[in-house]
Amino acid sequence: MKRIDCPWCGPRAENEFTWGGEAHIVRPGLSCGDGQWRDYLFTRSNPRGAHQERWCHTYGCAQWFHVARDTLTHRIERVYAIDEGPVDATG
Amino acid sequence: MGIANALQNSALGLAWHALRGHRHWRPFWRTPEPRASYDVVIVGGGGHGLATAHALATKHGVRSVAVLEKGWLGGGNTGRNTTIVRSNYLATPSARFYDHSLKVYEGLSRALDYNVMFIPRGVVNLATSRFQLRTMRRRVEALRLAGVDSEMLDVEAIRALMPRLQIRSTAGCEVFGGFIQRRAGIARHDAVAWGYARAADRAGVDIIQNCEVTGFERNGDEIRSVQTSCGRIGVDKVAICVAGHSSVLAEKLGLRLPITSMALQAMVSEPIKPVLDVVLDGGFYVSQSDRGELVMGGGTDVYTSYAQRSGLQRVEDNMAALVDLFPSFARLRFMRQWAGIIDLTPDSSPIIDAIGNVALSCGWGSWGFKAIPAGGECLAHLIATGKPHPLAEAFSLERFTTGALIDEAGSSGGMDDREPLL
Repeated sequence: MKRIDCPWCGPRAENEFTWGGEAHIVRPGLSCGDGQWRDYLFTRSNPRGAHQERWCHTYGCAQWFHVARDTLTHRIERVYAIDEGPVDATG
Repeated sequence: MGIANALQNSALGLAWHALRGHRHWRPFWRTPEPRASYDVVIVGGGGHGLATAHALATKHGVRSVAVLEKGWLGGGNTGRNTTIVRSNYLATPSARFYDHSLKVYEGLSRALDYNVMFIPRGVVNLATSRFQLRTMRRRVEALRLAGVDSEMLDVEAIRALMPRLQIRSTAGCEVFGGFIQRRAGIARHDAVAWGYARAADRAGVDIIQNCEVTGFERNGDEIRSVQTSCGRIGVDKVAICVAGHSSVLAEKLGLRLPITSMALQAMVSEPIKPVLDVVLDGGFYVSQSDRGELVMGGGTDVYTSYAQRSGLQRVEDNMAALVDLFPSFARLRFMRQWAGIIDLTPDSSPIIDAIGNVALSCGWGSWGFKAIPAGGECLAHLIATGKPHPLAEAFSLERFTTGALIDEAGSSGGMDDREPLL
């Protein structure tokens, strides 16, 4: 089982967490077109490799945070705060 | 040639080969070198790619077709799924589409002259709450209106179908009822890939294995050639049938899709004598194979993945469900577990659509195997005529812009299994 390093509680087992999907998706303004709204709701980068995503420590502190994770190796590269912007995926 | 083909799969042929010491069987399909160009290049040699090639060659008279497979035939999700074939989907477009697929499955062995071992042993879903029983009744009635066989089962009928099932579990769950689709069942997954491959090959399709597509060359809006590990291949039209890797190939085409790739696990027990006649389906599903193994699976892993391996959490979840439903299976040993990468859409329904001269068949999620015959027919129809097949009109990419989603309860992870939040 994967161990995830919660920024508040430290390393915990995967089944305490909820995966929240791709991070850093910006909600468009109310005047946006249908295409932009579709992209916001449904279109995802879904890469094979480096991915930045949101996780929640549901059965712990219940805090949301960001994780940079590789979708091919499942290796977690970095855990960072929910208010931090996208990280350089190569770093 | 004709006689040798006719002899391949008959009792007479078997006797003939036996007399000659089984030394003269021919390979089921050729291993051709790729030609410089094709009318249609299909990327992905799984069930959908092969069924599409077969339909193009036999129904639409398109003879210059190649199927490019980066690994071996049917080595992806076609060879990894739990082989359930059913059409008990809630939404009418889905019910019609999957029921057509099931009807083709019923006659597929004869159509392909290859035994795909389709066995309509019945697929049962259980309700473990009164709420679930109500949504199930709605699903059954919707199915009957769509012309799909489906009937509610009371607890006694379920007990008769599955004597080993524990109606009131030690973990506090209780079975309140269920429903069955009697025409549904299981088929042999490898045989479906091999049968379609052999029939397509005989119709003139070039099947090229160990050939990975690495890029596309375009001229204006059209794709003019495919770059592969076997060299450059010119194309008139391209079809993408790569399941969990759809987003990766789409990116090479400059497209972004409403798809998320996740690992779906399956596992089998040691073989035992027949104990389970029907297929038990739902959030957790189990059936007994012809070899006697219990074949089972459950939900996807909870995060995106391109690793074709299993996370331990789902193994534990599936084991817990199995032992809670059938306590006597607790003593079984498990032989193998594996995972496939599935392509999930937000509404649990597929995408069969074209952009320029690229045809896309994706979003099959955990329900791709049962869809193989219909998916192949519909994609071939789209490629050959330029128009969507009547059965696949609802499965456009456009629906994510217009909002005409088909929120499908019949798929794994669909509405049906969700409990109310209150």
